[in-house]
Amino acid sequence: MNLTKKKNSSPARSRRDVRDIWADSPWYVRTAIYVLLFLFAMFVLPSDGVKSFMSPETDWVTTLWDPIGLYILLALGLNIVVGQAGLLDLGYVAFFAIGAYSVGVLGKIHHWGFWYTVVAALLIAAVSGILLGAPTLRLRGDYLAIVTLGFGEIIRIVARNTDAIGGSQGIEGLPRPPAMFGLDFENLLDAKPFYYLVLVMIALVIIISVRLNQSRVGRAWTAIREDEDAAELMGVPTFKFKLLAFFIGAMIGGLAGTGQMGGVQGYIQPENFTFILSATILVCVVFGGSGNIPGVILGAFIIAWLPERFRFIQEYRTMAFGVVLVAMMILRPEGLLPSRQRKAEMKEGAGTLGAMGGEVAGPDTEASVEVTK
Amino acid sequence: MLLDIQDIHVHYGKIEALKGISLQVDEGEIVTLIGANGAGKSTTLKTISGLRPLSSGKVVFEGRDISKMPGHKRVLVGIGQSPEGRGVFPGMTVEENLYMGAYARKGDASKTLAEVYELFPRLAERKKQFGGTMSGGEQQMVAIGRALMTDPKVLLLDEPSMGLAPMLIQQIFDIIKEINRRGKTVLVVEQNAQQALSLAHRAYVLETGAVVKSAPARELLDDPQVRAAYLGGDLAVEDTAPAAGTAADGSVDLGKGEAGE
Repeated sequence: MNLTKKKNSSPARSRRDVRDIWADSPWYVRTAIYVLLFLFAMFVLPSDGVKSFMSPETDWVTTLWDPIGLYILLALGLNIVVGQAGLLDLGYVAFFAIGAYSVGVLGKIHHWGFWYTVVAALLIAAVSGILLGAPTLRLRGDYLAIVTLGFGEIIRIVARNTDAIGGSQGIEGLPRPPAMFGLDFENLLDAKPFYYLVLVMIALVIIISVRLNQSRVGRAWTAIREDEDAAELMGVPTFKFKLLAFFIGAMIGGLAGTGQMGGVQGYIQPENFTFILSATILVCVVFGGSGNIPGVILGAFIIAWLPERFRFIQEYRTMAFGVVLVAMMILRPEGLLPSRQRKAEMKEGAGTLGAMGGEVAGPDTEASVEVTK
Repeated sequence: MLLDIQDIHVHYGKIEALKGISLQVDEGEIVTLIGANGAGKSTTLKTISGLRPLSSGKVVFEGRDISKMPGHKRVLVGIGQSPEGRGVFPGMTVEENLYMGAYARKGDASKTLAEVYELFPRLAERKKQFGGTMSGGEQQMVAIGRALMTDPKVLLLDEPSMGLAPMLIQQIFDIIKEINRRGKTVLVVEQNAQQALSLAHRAYVLETGAVVKSAPARELLDDPQVRAAYLGGDLAVEDTAPAAGTAADGSVDLGKGEAGE
């Protein structure tokens, strides 16, 4: 049933949909829409009218910052690694942790100013992305996933066992940004400044993602995701570009970490950065539509928001959440808002879920096939 | 000598896939490598294009040792490959696929693009179609066209007939002949020995990682051993022929299909 549906929809390229209209509209229209969306996110989303529907039980603005805003940031970062370059990273939370810990350690223990810690966090996260990628990016598919999963765990366990950065107690009283533009980051009852900060970060990351997407780098990533060997044969330095994806993804993860600032309590501990968070962010990307920026944002929004919205059904919400995800993967495996590319790839069976399991036929499998036959 | 492969050994883990293969390709030739599945044909091509590292031996291109050169740089010196299983980018349109071939090239590629469209009018009709939604034959055209877009001095083709209907195979082979007539050197790996031997000037027969025979292609077409092993065979050698025949038809395609994904 699913197959026939796809068959009907894909050759019908004459039908103009939103994507065509978007691509054909002049730059000022697109810019205007971006600005309108930003203003909407700034003024309408956190308003009381929206709150009463979206989040009657918890503080809506806080929810918008943490988890919704942070999930969106993380999902956009992971989307570069998984959705664009097709590298399955199961330890993405490591970079989030590195970002948050950089603020905590440098700011609280070494008394750096907040913005200096942000710069340092980005650098440290990016370097650790390179350190993780350089030896491991020769692996493919499942193997890479396992190594990155290990990396995520290592970071958490190291944090837990290093007393100099708080050990299992974590760090409390994380520094906050100084007041600016009339926004005061000290008053914890009003989360708006934090939300605005994360919103600006999201806007920046979107701009970077879109620009990269349309550049030579984006084309190289697409080629690597869809067929790595073919990409190399076209003269794409695949290793270099995979490393670049890790580098940028790690940096965005680190940025999200600095936007976290220990949440409302201003407190971080290693158990905030467990594997389940990596998995959840991956779910955001895949659920929304891997590789498609609006899809990923929508996915992250829903994944972060649903459990908050349905707090009243208590523990059952996790179960319901699971059911929704399973149903989704059966009925619409390409995600809520997939890109056209992704649809075509899914049809072919290549690059699925950022090569999640799809690329098992790495060098070794191929070897056994070639030699045993 | 355009391409000179000197005694190359290639390992997959501990298993030696190529046990010292030497072969030469001269400018303007069509050379074919034939052999059953697992003989090491694709591995040889991958080693030439840099997708597989060498354990020992040398790949010399235009007198220059390129054994240590990474794959993406070999494109620039003039080695263009259409990979096993076609390797078309499914989420890119035909035109985007073709332009990927010119990714590493400097300067304007539109002239080459026009040539590719002239060779494959079918692709010109389907510029905006996604690679993943095309038929096997069309994908093969995209793969060859894309390799041509790298403006190679030698064109490496890995099983262009794989999974195609006989009529399409004929068409693809005619185009390969035309590409060669226009001056491109071609090295083609094939399971379809009949077609490959009728097309090529010279041929090498590979068996379990080694060259067992090399001769002008015409001669091999009449060679009783080759006929028995790869061309359906005579009744006289019934013992070996059917076994090789089934291996080359049934299980082969399955295995190749998986590896090519």
